[in-house]
Amino acid sequence: MNQRVTFRGWWLPILLIAPQVIISAVFFFYPAGQAIWQSLFIPDPFGLSSVFVGLGNFEFLFSDKFYRASFVTTAVFSILVTLCSMIPALFLAVMADRLIKGSGTYRTMLIWPYAVAPAIAGVLWLFMFNTRVGVVSWYLGQLGYDWNHVLNGGEAMGLVVVASAWGRISYNFLFFLAALQAVPRSVIEAAAIDGARFWKRFWTVVLPLLSPTAFFLLVVNIVYSFFETFGVIHTITSGGPQQSTTILVYKVFADGFVGQDLGSSAAQSVILLFVVGLLTIIQFKYIEKKVHY
Amino acid sequence: MYTNFRFAIFKFVSLNMQSQKVNLVTPFFTFKNKKRAEVKFFWLLFLTKHLDGCKGEKNMKKYLAGMLIAATLYSPVSVAEPTEVHFWHAFTGRLGELVAAQVDDFNASQSDYKVVQTHKGNYSETLNSGIAAFRANEQPHILMVFEVGTASMMAARGAVRPMHEVMKLSGAEFDQDAYIGAVKGYYTSTEGDMLSLPFNASTPVLWVNRDAMAAAGVDPDTDLSTWQSVGTALTALKAGGEECPLVTAWQSWIHLENFSAYHDVPFATKDNGFAGLDTELTLNGPAQVAHLSAMGQWAKDGKFIYTGRRNEGGANFRAGECALFTESSAGYAGIKKEAEFDFEVRPLPYWKGVGNSPQNTIIGGASLWVMEGHSDAEYKGAGEFLSYLSSTDVQAQWHQDTGYLPITAEAGDATRASGFYAANPGTEVAVLQMTANKPTANSNGLRLGSYDQIRGIIDEELEAIWSGDKSAQEAMDSAKERGDALLRRFESANR
Repeated sequence: MNQRVTFRGWWLPILLIAPQVIISAVFFFYPAGQAIWQSLFIPDPFGLSSVFVGLGNFEFLFSDKFYRASFVTTAVFSILVTLCSMIPALFLAVMADRLIKGSGTYRTMLIWPYAVAPAIAGVLWLFMFNTRVGVVSWYLGQLGYDWNHVLNGGEAMGLVVVASAWGRISYNFLFFLAALQAVPRSVIEAAAIDGARFWKRFWTVVLPLLSPTAFFLLVVNIVYSFFETFGVIHTITSGGPQQSTTILVYKVFADGFVGQDLGSSAAQSVILLFVVGLLTIIQFKYIEKKVHY
Repeated sequence: MYTNFRFAIFKFVSLNMQSQKVNLVTPFFTFKNKKRAEVKFFWLLFLTKHLDGCKGEKNMKKYLAGMLIAATLYSPVSVAEPTEVHFWHAFTGRLGELVAAQVDDFNASQSDYKVVQTHKGNYSETLNSGIAAFRANEQPHILMVFEVGTASMMAARGAVRPMHEVMKLSGAEFDQDAYIGAVKGYYTSTEGDMLSLPFNASTPVLWVNRDAMAAAGVDPDTDLSTWQSVGTALTALKAGGEECPLVTAWQSWIHLENFSAYHDVPFATKDNGFAGLDTELTLNGPAQVAHLSAMGQWAKDGKFIYTGRRNEGGANFRAGECALFTESSAGYAGIKKEAEFDFEVRPLPYWKGVGNSPQNTIIGGASLWVMEGHSDAEYKGAGEFLSYLSSTDVQAQWHQDTGYLPITAEAGDATRASGFYAANPGTEVAVLQMTANKPTANSNGLRLGSYDQIRGIIDEELEAIWSGDKSAQEAMDSAKERGDALLRRFESANR
């Protein structure tokens, strides 16, 4: 028997959703609309004149092979950041969950990196890996490895991934730990009685129960790696060497605020809007089906 | 009665706001423009409305007292108050202090104008702030713009007021011929009118660590005037155990832009963009490619060490790790302060055979632009300030304090006469290198739109050469193709 509760009349429901609608309209729909509108023009930086080009900005972007390559860079970067921030976080959470003594200290220490702003984290990592004064690059040199992220694209990518994922591990750790503690003890004990060892229990019992959290973190981390890693990239590599760490968002910044090319920058924002929208739809449509709530 | 009183204040304040001559200056806040004054005023209205609820004799007295204070806050300050001229710049640290001192001296020297200087971040950020402020109609009078932003500023005809017009309006003494050709050339229109005032200008030179040379068994006095002899020296340095024979700062500026000017080959068509927006890059010419091929080979052999796109290499050189360093002449202050070795300044090397003798190098740094949209009185103040900045004493002092080039020939002469060059060997190299020859169409400077972005492209392509991913020809062909696409966009945006 399914009883549905409905409102009588229209005024109350409209009033109740109004704040959310207004906030979305002012902070999302209006700016998004503006971006779409501006992406149809090539304005001059001072806003003195602007030329209508229709879809010219998009044409310009997609005919640029470096822009197309930036999609691949972004995909590689996002996947790596998401994996590098979720897997260690899960591992640490599982370990922290099993701690009996000193777990409070351990947890607090693990959460600290989250308080470091991305740009600061970038500078910290840059110092460690600085080709001249960096501690890590010096040790690598002692081991006979010549670290040079200034010229080596792979190393640069590795560095920005680690720097972006580092602070994020804490955030993911928090969620995983909370989720682990919500796993009913009775289920685990039942599995133990059935003779399942720790890792067997983890794979077959705990992990499926963690899937809603893992799914949430997946979405959040992908969005993070798309939009919030900009500060790290700006401080460490500025998108180089060549274009090996230029992700889509960094290009929006570089073209809009360094190049003063607002038309192209707006067009890129619109493309990004679609990409992220599409990703979220895919995630909810396909991955969510595998999630047990 | 309350309402009448409020109305009186309203009248009073709004009248003040309408009259441009009267400054709305209060002990607590200064209003840069009408808009903010209105915001504050509505706050006041809001407060009085709130106070309206007060009842009783005592409260009313308090209320009236409050209104009185409010009224005095908004009262016009004497008309003799100096006209404010806002100046946004990109200098911090020692340079910031020197700018502040110049501004203070100017303010103390007269009472008609008051220059207010504000730091707005690095060059790119300062330009962005200026553009954003212009869009919001809150632009400063004087904005510092780095040299690569010149084309953007020039193209924004409705946003800037050319320097020569400001000077004419202000009636200040202004003789364009007093400025050094190679310095002002960068900021002068094809008709020969100065559009902005060069403020800090420098040019690349070769810095030599004499101790490192000697340690590697190379005579520190060896000839380094040509890249051929530099190549020989690099080989000797490498053989002598030097791990960092050559390092550079600002690779595109030094090894392409200045390289082209110095060898009198075009960097772009249409006189490097001076003669029109329909310009195309020619940086993939044989001279440039030959130089970059040699540099690429040196990078491969470990004779040239790449440290980054900006002046990261400066730290290596100042720490004594590198033997040779191509960097701006303005690196003088830092190197002098930190270097614990015997250093020397040499002219930038040139390729023998490409030209008979080096042409002149071009400048880097920033100039001061006067923005559109202010009153004549304010432009007069801006003009006075700019002419104060270019006066011989101020310029000579600035040149000696910072290592930046003097912008007038007279300031250079005064510095020479004071014995500064003799006491600080090497400080004159840049001046001589700049003024050696009359600039040609290839050595006046660059005027290319979106150039900040194009420099980024050039940096990327140069990195591909240093890492061995591309040959110099491939990299420069690609830089041309990508750069030209941006130039076409800039052309269509500023038609």
